[in-house]
Amino acid sequence: MHRFLLEGLLGRPLTEKPPVPADIEELGAAMAKAAQTRLGRSLSIRQVDAGSCNGCELEIHALNNAYYDLERFGLHFVASPRHADVLLVTGPVTKNMAEALKRTYDATPDPKWVVAAGDCAANGGCFAGSYAVVGGVSEIVPVDLTISGCPPTPTALLEGLLAILEQSARPAKAG
Amino acid sequence: MTSILVHVDQLPTAFRTAPMPRHRVDARQWNQAGEALAAGELTLLGLWAHGATVHMALLDQAANRIGIVSLGNRRGSFPSIGRLHAPAIRLERTIADMSGLEPEDAPDSRPWLDHGRWGVSHPLGKLETSWAKAKPYPFLPVEGESLHQIPVGPVHAGIIEPGHFRFTAQGETVVRLEARLGYVHKGIEKLIQGGDLERGMTLAGRTSGDSTVACQWAYAQAVEAALAVKVPARALYIRAIMAELERLANHLGDFGAICNDAAFAMMLAQAGVLRENVLRAADTCFGHRFMRDCVVPGGVSRDLTAEGVATLQALVAAIRERFPKLVALYDNTASLLDRTVATGYLKPELARQFGAGGFVGRASGRDFDVRRNLAYAPYDELAFEVPARDDGDVNARVWIRIEEIRQSLSLIGQCLVSLPDGPVRAEIPVAGEPREGIGLVEGFRGDILVWLALDAKGRIARCHLRDPSWFQWPLLEAVIEDNIVADFPLCNKSFNCSYSGHDL
Repeated sequence: MHRFLLEGLLGRPLTEKPPVPADIEELGAAMAKAAQTRLGRSLSIRQVDAGSCNGCELEIHALNNAYYDLERFGLHFVASPRHADVLLVTGPVTKNMAEALKRTYDATPDPKWVVAAGDCAANGGCFAGSYAVVGGVSEIVPVDLTISGCPPTPTALLEGLLAILEQSARPAKAG
Repeated sequence: MTSILVHVDQLPTAFRTAPMPRHRVDARQWNQAGEALAAGELTLLGLWAHGATVHMALLDQAANRIGIVSLGNRRGSFPSIGRLHAPAIRLERTIADMSGLEPEDAPDSRPWLDHGRWGVSHPLGKLETSWAKAKPYPFLPVEGESLHQIPVGPVHAGIIEPGHFRFTAQGETVVRLEARLGYVHKGIEKLIQGGDLERGMTLAGRTSGDSTVACQWAYAQAVEAALAVKVPARALYIRAIMAELERLANHLGDFGAICNDAAFAMMLAQAGVLRENVLRAADTCFGHRFMRDCVVPGGVSRDLTAEGVATLQALVAAIRERFPKLVALYDNTASLLDRTVATGYLKPELARQFGAGGFVGRASGRDFDVRRNLAYAPYDELAFEVPARDDGDVNARVWIRIEEIRQSLSLIGQCLVSLPDGPVRAEIPVAGEPREGIGLVEGFRGDILVWLALDAKGRIARCHLRDPSWFQWPLLEAVIEDNIVADFPLCNKSFNCSYSGHDL
């Protein structure tokens, strides 16, 4: 145990340079609202699997590993939608999960953002048209940002989340 | 009864290279099969419907033989196997939901995957518009003094798939757990129906994200068996490399996550680095971190270059150097072992009855691994051991994973050294007649079964995908009994059943 701790103290960190935040136009309107400065440079994320194959979850998990180290940016995952600023939603929304997703959204306090992560969350992906699938996340809740990929790489996820962070930390426009 | 599985003119592994014959049985023989399952002579591999016919895949573990029995023409019902053999119950509830065939005298007639929200009923059978509203799900009654219930999910606290767990506890101790699944049902089997082989491959690779290689391999096997395609040797070795990388990544991730659920976060950080290294190497060699869509019917879509071989050799060497230190840390941390030893004990008897695959079965005395017992190429040419023990607790499942990580490293090393030259993909012919085939692959969780029926034009008439989790979820309910609620995450992670692979 001591050896591991020493190694961590003395060794070179594995954590890599952050990627450049994605330049995403669709975010602009959502972020222009007031009150966002209150959140400062920190966002709490609640992940919701609305029907994914679990591939996206694995890459979201990877954000916490030493290479990506999500928490250094002030981003962290929380256990309840009531503590969240961002809902990170994956999967085509299944009919069996639609109500749970809506209720999770309703339980999240304003201001809030919804990120649809992965091709299925964007438009249902290869499951679109199924009797058991509603479609993309925007069919159920308003989406502020879409991150594509099957699954999106941790770097792609990080770029998107950093873009939200940049926007939310910007002073709110007057009016 | 077991004689029903034996084709005198067929080798036990003939199903690997040729279409799989089915035994058409009458109701009496069907019931006999159920009795043989109940008596432990046979193990249930799968139970599904195609049209009005019910198929049951069976394993005779002593003889390492498998077979399929089919019961047809019964006017919308079939004798329940679940009434004789509990592991069949959820499969039968699914048949009733999906195909509308009723298991006669079934012990549990509640719907399973159908939550009353699809707007249709019996999507795989006679599809009808359904106006029924979603009804509250009747959980099994639990009676006794000072009991309370804890409902959990479908949206969980962590980054996990959705499912509902209904705990009944007495103080801190769990008296009963009942799971309700089906939340991530996407209608995959219906989406595949009528599609071409590529559509099937895409969807098979997206049934369970962490087992995409294993699922696509099982699917490819079913196609290749149905059409008697000979896969080039190099492709088989590359498949094995990918499958072992997948196993390695999942076991490393779970090893860390199990320790993390016992509040030992450092192991998650350490194992997470190794897991990330595996995924990055996979990305370098095959162009995708999970190697999705790399296994295709007829072979593989990506060849392994000389640089790729070097990357993987370096990866194996690095994990071989680093991983034993993590194992030593696990084994020398008393506070961690205090949580894992004797927690979540699975009786060998239950593991055998349910035919639990993978580390769940092998940690509880069920010494079965498709790679060895029903060997498929190239594993018949490789040397490896199948770890097994019978102490059955969380610690035992952790140790099976540790041993399997070592075996996977060895297997990757062997494949890299003896990688044959040649093409990596064979042509897929059109049979011109209906064909059927079966695929059976050892994924990291256990045996994945794919049964495929093709029509004369080579389109998919029916594809059934059976994830190992079908026979592991019910066991999770059994092992949590008499454990404290706080140990549930630990037990759950040590099983790590798939929601999506189960719900389809």
